[in-house]
Amino acid sequence: MAIRRAMSGRLTARTEVLGVRSMSSWWRGMEPAPKDPILGVTEAFLADPNPEKVNVGVGAYRDDNGKPVVLECVREAERRIAGNLKMEYLPMGGSVKVVEETLKLAYGENSELIKDRRIAAVQALSGTGACRLFADFQKRFRPDSQIYIPVPTWANHHNIWRDAQVPQKTYHYYHPESRGLDFATMMDDIKNAPNGSFFLLHACAHNPTGVDPSEEQWREISHQFKVKGHFAFFDMAYQGFASGDPEKDAKSIRIFLEDGHYIGIAQSYAKNMGLYGQRVGCLSVLCEDEKQAVAVKSQLQQLARPMYSNPPLHGALIVSTILGDPDLKKLWLKEVKVMADRIIGMRTALQGNLEKLGSPLSWTHITNQIGMFCYSGLTPEQVDRLTSEFHIYMTRNGRISMAGVTTGNVEYLASAIHEVTKSA
Amino acid sequence: MDSVFAAIAQAPEDPILGVTVAYNKDSSPIKLNLGVGAYRTEEGKPLVLNVVRKAEQLLVNDLSRVKEYLPIIGLAEFNKLTAKLILGDDSPAIQESRVATAQCLSGTGSLRVGAEFLAKHYHQRTIYIPQPTWGNHLKVFTMAGLSVKTYRYYEPTTRGLHFQGLLEDLGAAPAGSIVLLHACAHNPTGVDPTVEQWEQIRQLIRSKGLLPFFDSAYQGFASGSLDADAQSVRMFVADGGECFIAQSYAKNMGLYGERVGALSIVCKAADVASRVESQLKLVIRPMYSNPPIHGASIAATILKNSDMYNEWKIELKAMADRIISMRKQLFDALRARGTPGDWSHIIKQIGMFTFTGLNSDQVAFMTKKYHIYMTSDGRISMAGLSSKTAPHLADAIHAAVTGAC
Repeated sequence: MAIRRAMSGRLTARTEVLGVRSMSSWWRGMEPAPKDPILGVTEAFLADPNPEKVNVGVGAYRDDNGKPVVLECVREAERRIAGNLKMEYLPMGGSVKVVEETLKLAYGENSELIKDRRIAAVQALSGTGACRLFADFQKRFRPDSQIYIPVPTWANHHNIWRDAQVPQKTYHYYHPESRGLDFATMMDDIKNAPNGSFFLLHACAHNPTGVDPSEEQWREISHQFKVKGHFAFFDMAYQGFASGDPEKDAKSIRIFLEDGHYIGIAQSYAKNMGLYGQRVGCLSVLCEDEKQAVAVKSQLQQLARPMYSNPPLHGALIVSTILGDPDLKKLWLKEVKVMADRIIGMRTALQGNLEKLGSPLSWTHITNQIGMFCYSGLTPEQVDRLTSEFHIYMTRNGRISMAGVTTGNVEYLASAIHEVTKSA
Repeated sequence: MDSVFAAIAQAPEDPILGVTVAYNKDSSPIKLNLGVGAYRTEEGKPLVLNVVRKAEQLLVNDLSRVKEYLPIIGLAEFNKLTAKLILGDDSPAIQESRVATAQCLSGTGSLRVGAEFLAKHYHQRTIYIPQPTWGNHLKVFTMAGLSVKTYRYYEPTTRGLHFQGLLEDLGAAPAGSIVLLHACAHNPTGVDPTVEQWEQIRQLIRSKGLLPFFDSAYQGFASGSLDADAQSVRMFVADGGECFIAQSYAKNMGLYGERVGALSIVCKAADVASRVESQLKLVIRPMYSNPPIHGASIAATILKNSDMYNEWKIELKAMADRIISMRKQLFDALRARGTPGDWSHIIKQIGMFTFTGLNSDQVAFMTKKYHIYMTSDGRISMAGLSSKTAPHLADAIHAAVTGAC
């Protein structure tokens, strides 16, 4: 106490002399950052007092009552974990068990590649963290490379590779007129890119469009990648969530593996296990042999260390508890299918309602598209009308989060969309 | 087709974690791991604080809790309480809304986010770090895009602070340079400036317009008092100037693997802090989008409940006291053996680590003959010692120093 009093006395005298208080802030010229477009939608939704309001903005699953869901398998896993408390650091590469199980999901339960230990893999901070680690890895070891990103894509993809200082190019993907895949132009872009280019591919349930290549198209893409020697980096954030079947949702990856590509994959448990805030994911890079995989893994760890040292424990314990117990794993797969089925059901309902209302437009893309999002084709002006007149909240690119659609609001949503589009 | 990464070489083993790897391989029953900086009980076991167990149980039992994404800058409640923890409940900076706080992944994550922010927005790209410092500091700042210089800190001949050197080196730094300061319990040396020395450092930094960046990984763990261990930071904030602070709950709450920490940027004005916060989000979003929820929820539960907070303080003091007692025991044991040299630095240094002053040959000898595992710079983690094992360590040091190697 005496020290503190004495110090503050001295401090007052000193600061008058030094004029610290009169110095201006180092940050005085700083601009306020633009608001995140997606998160801003939810903020506006929450601020709206209207009882009919609907949030089809953010991509987090909601049940048919519009409530967030914690899976039963997760609750059970947490009960088991709670008693057993050790909070030591995970290794830099994360939980070995989590990585093992996660690779099985992507590469196949009995994958030879896993048996041969050819995959360099580390637990990452969900999908974002996995992409960022890969981008940093690409920058460090292929400094002359660029990344080809589809148009459109999840907005944060651009931020990630930009902050990793990897130059970006784009490739055609979405075809607005058909609200489907611009396959021909996409193939042209793949052919015209310099040999050995790095491409970002959405493994399934493309975000934000919901438009995925067919199996045949994936085979063609894979073939052309082989011809050109391109590197395929898959962002798989929705495995299981798209069709309800994780094996089916991994088809694109399996095709590339069959064709002998050395791929990279970012995986996330945010949506398919509902672990959003726990930040659990995995980055893997397929290598020629075990020796190379060991080397690559060691380098990935060197990139994780100066970012966060080692990944968070709790989410990892949940994942390893569930996937390590055959019964819990079965339960998880069932719960994933329930979520996917509900979304597929809402797609059918939304399209059905719009057709019933006699909409002059075609809405088949609603059920053609897959996963959490529907690229409705609504213009920004139409979206603004939906918000201001009908209290329906979505991002201005017309992306609808189907997870926010319920049996309770689907008719209202359809009639509102019909209102703003019927004279289009 | 060849892999595009075919030519990648294996990275060298992490020097600190490599110690544990070697320790695990040793089958000797008397082996001792004094490498990694994680607290161990008198029985040599890791410790989960009782209050942490309680908090976790509360969270598990609360079925209304969901696992949605946190905001980009993390749990608001956690951020407020964490800023108060380091700055003090009555801090004018907080009352005036001049502090931008973001929950980050423990100390490492807070340092990295702060450094990337600086590399992006600050006019000076050089950070001065003490010689020596935690091995990961260099990597964090370099990866973030800053260039790193050092300032003298540890004086091997006295095993204390090289105060003259510190003042000279910081005095010579270009205006605006960033300066990394260990808030307390310097890692790896355990050597901290005195209050008077901190005041001189503060004056120098402010007069030269340098930007202080505090790394506070041991608040409460060093002296046993949360307030005392925050003195250095509070002195700087009291003068109205700006600073960065990285905080970690890894050691003081034992939350190691949950990665709980925060970056606070103390600004001159509230509107500045608000703009700074908005820009922080743009650094975080492309790194990991938003921080993990679990550990921060535990910490917030404890910090906001006064009974649990008091329980925490007691458990924290017990950990700090055990370490202080280990220092005394080791010192006494060396004196009892008549080990040549001045070993008073063992009880003068503070925090988890002691910089013994042993050289790498002596360390290698101790590992080989006595199965003592520590980093080759002579750093020992006091947290790994117990009353049972202190005599063994004293024997080893004695043998190493009396020229048996």
